[in-house]
Amino acid sequence: MTVAATPAPSPATTGGESGVRLARSRRNAELSLLLLAMVLVAAYMATVEANLLDTVTPDFWMPAAALGAVFLGLHLVIRFLAPFADPALLPAVALLNGLGVGFLRRIDLGEAAPVDREDLATFAGIGGRQLAWTLAAVILAAGLLAIMRDHRSVSRYAYTLGLAGIVLVMLPAVLPRSISEINGAKLWIRVGGFSLQPGEFAKLALLVFFAYYLVRKREVLSLASRRFLGIDFPRGRDLGPVVVVWLISLLVLVFEKDLGTSLLYFGMFVVTLYIATERVSWLLIGLLLFFGGAYLAYVLGSTVGGPFANFYLRAEIWLDPFADPTDKGYQLVQGLLALGTGGLFGAGPGGGQPDILPEVQNDFIFAGIGEEIGLFGLSALLVVYLLIVERGLRAALAVRDSFGKLLAGGLAFTLGLQVFVIVGGISKLIPLTGQTTPFLSAGGSSLMANWLLIAVLLRVSDGARRPVTGSSGKASRPSGGPPEQLHGAPTEVIKP
Amino acid sequence: MNAPLRRVGIVVMVLFGLLFANLNWIQAYKADEYRTSDYNGRVQVADYKRKRGNIEAGGTAVATSKETTGKLKFQRSYPGGAKYAHVLGYKPVNLADTGIEQVENDFLAGTSDQLIGDRFKDMFTGDETGGGNVLLTLSKRAQDVAYDQMRNNQVDAKRGAAIAIDPRTGAVQALVSMPSFDPNPLVSHNTTEAAAEINKLEQNPDGPLKNRALSETLPPGSTFKIVVAAAALENGVTKTTPIPAGSSYTPPTSGTPIRNAVASICPEPQVTLLEAVTESCNTGFAQLGVRLGADKVKEKARQFGFEQEDLTVGQLGEGGLRTAASRTGDMLNPDGSPDPAALAQSSIGQNNVRMTPLQGAMIAGSIANGGSQMRPYLVRQLLAPDRTTSYYTAKPRELRQPVSGQTASDLRDMMVSVVQKGTGQKAAISGYTVGGKTGTAQSAPDRPDHGWFIGFALDKNGNPVSAVCVVLEQAGSGGSAEAARIGGQIMRAAIADPGGR
Repeated sequence: MTVAATPAPSPATTGGESGVRLARSRRNAELSLLLLAMVLVAAYMATVEANLLDTVTPDFWMPAAALGAVFLGLHLVIRFLAPFADPALLPAVALLNGLGVGFLRRIDLGEAAPVDREDLATFAGIGGRQLAWTLAAVILAAGLLAIMRDHRSVSRYAYTLGLAGIVLVMLPAVLPRSISEINGAKLWIRVGGFSLQPGEFAKLALLVFFAYYLVRKREVLSLASRRFLGIDFPRGRDLGPVVVVWLISLLVLVFEKDLGTSLLYFGMFVVTLYIATERVSWLLIGLLLFFGGAYLAYVLGSTVGGPFANFYLRAEIWLDPFADPTDKGYQLVQGLLALGTGGLFGAGPGGGQPDILPEVQNDFIFAGIGEEIGLFGLSALLVVYLLIVERGLRAALAVRDSFGKLLAGGLAFTLGLQVFVIVGGISKLIPLTGQTTPFLSAGGSSLMANWLLIAVLLRVSDGARRPVTGSSGKASRPSGGPPEQLHGAPTEVIKP
Repeated sequence: MNAPLRRVGIVVMVLFGLLFANLNWIQAYKADEYRTSDYNGRVQVADYKRKRGNIEAGGTAVATSKETTGKLKFQRSYPGGAKYAHVLGYKPVNLADTGIEQVENDFLAGTSDQLIGDRFKDMFTGDETGGGNVLLTLSKRAQDVAYDQMRNNQVDAKRGAAIAIDPRTGAVQALVSMPSFDPNPLVSHNTTEAAAEINKLEQNPDGPLKNRALSETLPPGSTFKIVVAAAALENGVTKTTPIPAGSSYTPPTSGTPIRNAVASICPEPQVTLLEAVTESCNTGFAQLGVRLGADKVKEKARQFGFEQEDLTVGQLGEGGLRTAASRTGDMLNPDGSPDPAALAQSSIGQNNVRMTPLQGAMIAGSIANGGSQMRPYLVRQLLAPDRTTSYYTAKPRELRQPVSGQTASDLRDMMVSVVQKGTGQKAAISGYTVGGKTGTAQSAPDRPDHGWFIGFALDKNGNPVSAVCVVLEQAGSGGSAEAARIGGQIMRAAIADPGGR
């Protein structure tokens, strides 16, 4: 999966180092890929205008140029602050983010009266708002890179972040409906015309806590266990936090009516636990608990109702969306019809009718895009997502400390799981749960949280790819001395 | 920790593989099913990308499409409003289409296989050429007169139908169902308004959406006597043969006596068949029917087109507006034995006899046309979007031969007598020979009678030029005379403007 581009001699190699691994920063490769991504985004926007307006306005390139400028800024920040970071991450995310802005702008164009279409301002509509959010999110990501010079430094705040994460998750559940509920899901904090989904940020905070806790406990979790039915069960006191998180995700499901988020947190936790302990039994227990819980919720939903009724309804819609195609199953049916109409090649950017789809700018954006770029286009998008996830996992494999491994591995997997949950949901592979599609869906919280996630992955990959020895010491070490040594966490050397 | 990380990598690959496989299933395997699903509104928007062709009557577009600035690029419009509603039907955005709009949809929309050449051209020019044009047989003037006269009838009937056909070809010259409706609001791009409008029409107790000319049947009353007379003529009775009549007749097994409309009609014990038709003598035909037997009456009705379930009026080949079958009904007792009382009632067009106005016009038309009944049709030509090529031109076809030339001639004389000195005098047209038969049919004991008229017009050379059937539902007394007057007016308009053939 290495990227073919002109290799730039990095500072490390110019030092005459003759190590077995040639440490190359590949920043120029990143730049070329980024430019290519921006050309694709601009071409997409031009095609949209050609299809919707029968002409391409002289200003079609404005959003693409604004995106290009801010991504270029981030590229420069990476060049100075994380020179060895993975060069594929930024271009891949930039492509997705750019296409997302382009598609949202396309929805604005479609909804505008034909006479107003040519005059749609760069920052108008949801497309414009998304563009503004992107600028903010990228600046935030650059800020994180600047503050966090070594990924291990965040472990200092693990408990604080863990507590903050739980508070963020629970906050909408305890807040009154008037400021926390949108479309039946209590996931929001709305102040004025401004809304925030704290759960998006909680994801990151909780993962830092998981990684830290598990690194500390990994030996006791994997060794001190009792064997029962051929499976190694850990001791109750070590199991405590697992149960707590399980309960939190259940509470999220019950109070916020959000199966997607609970599935996401739970999957995130189980996988980090598995990576830390290397015990398959954790996966089995996790899967059993999840499916058991889901089945129980389904049964309770059909009999008791109450807070489980929403889940039951979703499961029923999933099993047969065409049973009630004009009411309850409407959204899923329309999503499937959009994808089917797109077929192999799609209707072309701007050639479809995404506005038929309810929530096409959020949950159903993948179906809306799919109508216009077809199976081939969607497959390419999936490959880009897969590339980001696998690059994140690669950073985890290569990084030398356990905390970094868990952090990057967990984040990368969570991103992949989120794509799976939402894309699987809209394509009737699994029951539909409200999730944003990372980097595509409209919404500032999701965009900022995911860019922060990418910043962390960039930081870890920088740590992973940085030469171990040699003259790189001056490159960019945090000035505050070596970070705190993690208790009981042996620093691993990369195994072949 | 690297081994589980690698496995997590594999798990992610598997998850994405599942997504990929599922997308293939939806976008490749199920694509056609989803694309053409009834719930897929995109199909409709695509439908409206191409300008739908015109439907024309007598050189004037009566259904046309105008470009809009909305999401749906073309708006359907019916300049004739309610006048042509039952022929054209309508092509709404979200509801079911009807009428010629429905049966010629493929051609009008431009998706017909016949127009593949034009679509192929589009691939190179990049334009969306419109759909093809459908030319109707209707005579604009006859349709105008039929619609106006029916709406402003002098007996204040609220419901009814009128249809005129060219007896030599079967081309429909006029077709009106009353009350009518304006199809324009139904094709509004605001689908909520359109749905509200159709709901209103559906709930209207007068049933304006019903095409009474083709798909509704009513007891035909005395117009059915023509069928009985035809059966009699072919069973040894002539125009001048005396048949039993009288002021009252009680069938053998039933106590209800059959009387004539007024006492002055055939009180004498015997009248000729000609007189019985001219005067519309109930007692005479009731006895004639009983003497002929149910089988002969039913068989003759069948030969005129009764009981045909699959007749459609559109192109002469397949498709077209569906019609209801006219029925003679059973004339039997519950145990299966012949019921003379029912037969006597049926012979004067009551009991279970039901007829469509189209059937009435076809009976009159076949008698005018020397016994040859032509297949009725509404579409005379299909023209390419650019009007250069014709994809279909109607070639009239005989549907059946209900009576011999001699019988047709005798029936013609009797019907001419009805208009010259009998009950149908209001249908007369100066300079033309007009024949007809009125009918007054009881609907329900406490409701006014229906007024019927079936008739035809022959030119100076004896060539038939128009055949007509007019029904005024629950018109009460004077209904059949008014139907005759309207029938005459429609035929006179059809003579002046014969419409397309």
